[in-house]
Amino acid sequence: MPERVGGMDLADVARSEISLRRFLHGLPGVDQVGADGRAASLATRSIKAGAKLWAIDTAISMVDLTTLEGADTPGKVRALCGKARRPSPEDPSVPPVAAVCVYPDLVPYAKTALAGSSVKVASVATAFPSGRASLPVKLADVADAVAAGADEVDMVIDRGAFLAGRYGLVLEEVRAVKAACGRAHLKVILETGELVTYDNVRRACWTAMIGGADFVKTSTGKVNPASTLPVALVMLEAVRDFFDASGRAVGVKVAGGIRATKDAIRYLVLVNEVAGEAWLEPDRFRIGASSLLNDLLMQRYKQQHGAYAGSQDFSIE
Amino acid sequence: MARFTYAPAPESRAVVDLKPSYGLFIDGEFVDPVDGDHFKTENPSSQEVLAEVSSAGPADVDRAVAAARRAQEQVWGPMPGKERAKYLFRVARILQERSRELAVLETLDNGKPIRESRDVDIPLAAAHFFYHAGWADKLAYAGLGPDPRPLGVVGQVIPWNFPLLMAAWKLAPALATGNTCVLKPAETTPLSALLLAEILQQAELPPGVVNIITGAGGTGAALVAHAGIDKVAFTGSTEVGKQIQRILAGTGKRLTLELGGKAANVVFDDAPLSQAVEGIVNGIFFNQGQVCCAGSRLLVQESIAEGLVDALKRRLETLRLGDPLDKNTDIGAINSMQQLDKIRQLAASGEAEGAQRWSPACSLPERGYWFPPTLFTDVVPAQRIAREEIFGPVLSVLTFRTPDEAIEKANNTTYGLSAGVWTEKGSRILHMASRLRAGVVWANTFNRFDPSSPFGGYRESGFGREGGRHGLAAYLKGTFGSDRA
Repeated sequence: MPERVGGMDLADVARSEISLRRFLHGLPGVDQVGADGRAASLATRSIKAGAKLWAIDTAISMVDLTTLEGADTPGKVRALCGKARRPSPEDPSVPPVAAVCVYPDLVPYAKTALAGSSVKVASVATAFPSGRASLPVKLADVADAVAAGADEVDMVIDRGAFLAGRYGLVLEEVRAVKAACGRAHLKVILETGELVTYDNVRRACWTAMIGGADFVKTSTGKVNPASTLPVALVMLEAVRDFFDASGRAVGVKVAGGIRATKDAIRYLVLVNEVAGEAWLEPDRFRIGASSLLNDLLMQRYKQQHGAYAGSQDFSIE
Repeated sequence: MARFTYAPAPESRAVVDLKPSYGLFIDGEFVDPVDGDHFKTENPSSQEVLAEVSSAGPADVDRAVAAARRAQEQVWGPMPGKERAKYLFRVARILQERSRELAVLETLDNGKPIRESRDVDIPLAAAHFFYHAGWADKLAYAGLGPDPRPLGVVGQVIPWNFPLLMAAWKLAPALATGNTCVLKPAETTPLSALLLAEILQQAELPPGVVNIITGAGGTGAALVAHAGIDKVAFTGSTEVGKQIQRILAGTGKRLTLELGGKAANVVFDDAPLSQAVEGIVNGIFFNQGQVCCAGSRLLVQESIAEGLVDALKRRLETLRLGDPLDKNTDIGAINSMQQLDKIRQLAASGEAEGAQRWSPACSLPERGYWFPPTLFTDVVPAQRIAREEIFGPVLSVLTFRTPDEAIEKANNTTYGLSAGVWTEKGSRILHMASRLRAGVVWANTFNRFDPSSPFGGYRESGFGREGGRHGLAAYLKGTFGSDRA
């Protein structure tokens, strides 16, 4: 709630481990049953006709088209970038996605493939996905991605430190990475599936936002559960309250397991009714996904033509 | 920036087969009234007439009570509990099977959003039948004595705010315990009970076990005063409840009353505030606030009052008022002109007495009975809106400084049906729950119902419990304790 932070200088909060801890534990708690209930209730919204088409196009423009596999190659990344620029070659009215998300060593290929387009290149960094490396190694990872031209950096927080109550350490890492990002936007992955409680999610959000995050992001996609509606609800409340307190808008990225159009639309409803319509922009909301894009295209075709196209009518990547 | 405007998503009316005219359901059949009349029931969201319904006169009440007596003595009373259970399970299943039809009909006749009738009213009604079906052959183990007996014929009068759900609350325990029933639905919302009568036929419930007689207050009065019934169960206004108690005094008939309320929803500074906002909204705007246990008085700790009211206002801005059949509607229509007048009058008194009135920007449909979600701040205990039951989407916000003051203010009412406590401190929840004089105390939630949980009030909110083991006691004799007859 805003009044708990209103009038409080956020720089003051971050002055010491003790003040940070006091602040985070002073945030109102999250009642799990209530948060789950609210998310479930919003999931019953029925989005039809023109509203559905609008939501599908908006969702497409918010996709961070992602490949994060050990088997990724320059060829795979180039293919993905082609899909990102023009998701449906047959239909130029389909908007491009927001970004392509890859490992740091593949950033140069993505950068080349996306040159001249509006699609950003995002790179995971900081010893993704576990984050189990020393800070200098993590910063080198970030510097590598930024030097290769990444527009956005997706870092992971040190969940071990967070769960051990060393919030100051988490904050310092976010700050250091933010500094290393330079002009690149910073997305901070909380890995909510490892934080488990909604109280932890809210505290981790605030830690990341105070540390300078441009986005807070649910998951790496490598841990189950990944993004869930109630977790997104708690994060959207956090960015809304942070905006009230500081005047700075932080975005939210949900990632992991979002494959169906109806799931994407449920997230958009959540954004609309919790953070407000100002967050319904790719600058403030992203969906990290790979297979979701084709389902969006398929449902878009259905909305426009009244019948489904075959799966072979859409390029695999 | 493009706006995310939800396109209309109306639930289809086609699932409902409305008849132009309905008879009374007596002795297993739909019959025309002998000495009664007819009246029309309308859709409160459009004022469209839905159907013509019979109004039972004294002779019709006689017939219904006689049928119920016959069925009780010859069929339902002697029937083993496990056989009664089969019928109740069957009714519960048919309620589930026909849930969409029931939900649409309930929304048409009552004005409540389809989201609520679909997700709350109908599933809970079915749950009450399932729950009590399970008890029917286990009454000897309910802790009410070794061989508890039914009372006989029960007269039941129910309100218009949850028409089918209240019918289920009344019928299921009465039937499980071996009683037979004469049920009088509310004048403005008779249709779902009449569809329930069809469902009872479909379940092949023996004739006379349940009789449903529609009509206005006169029909209810004739039923309540009828010499042939053994018990009255009433849910409705405190005023009518008092009249019934006067009529029954000295007759030996049993009585349970579930009446009005002016519940306090108490929010402490250590509450989970986002969920508290949801709970406050659910507490007072669920079913347009036409809920006896509605959390109509928000008691908020002064230190967080300003921020909480701001958050509440922001949340109210997102409520969607309009066509109750639209699946995205949060706030539907007020049930009747009479109720709308009462809400308007009390809201006006709030302003006249100095409270600050606020509603989100929302346009009301031209036809039908509508009232916007409304918040009153600067409310003090001496104002009418802090004391009288409004039974509408109107929240009065009061503040407190200490737990003792919260308890004193919460209990400063003639009612005592429900209360809510919001705090993350477990010990405080227990402390408050033991001191709040209310039949139901919700902790970090509001308006949660379950058939296994007894529901009922203190003082002017009535007496007797519905649901759970306690609810069975209201329909049995030869039991331990004060219910021994």
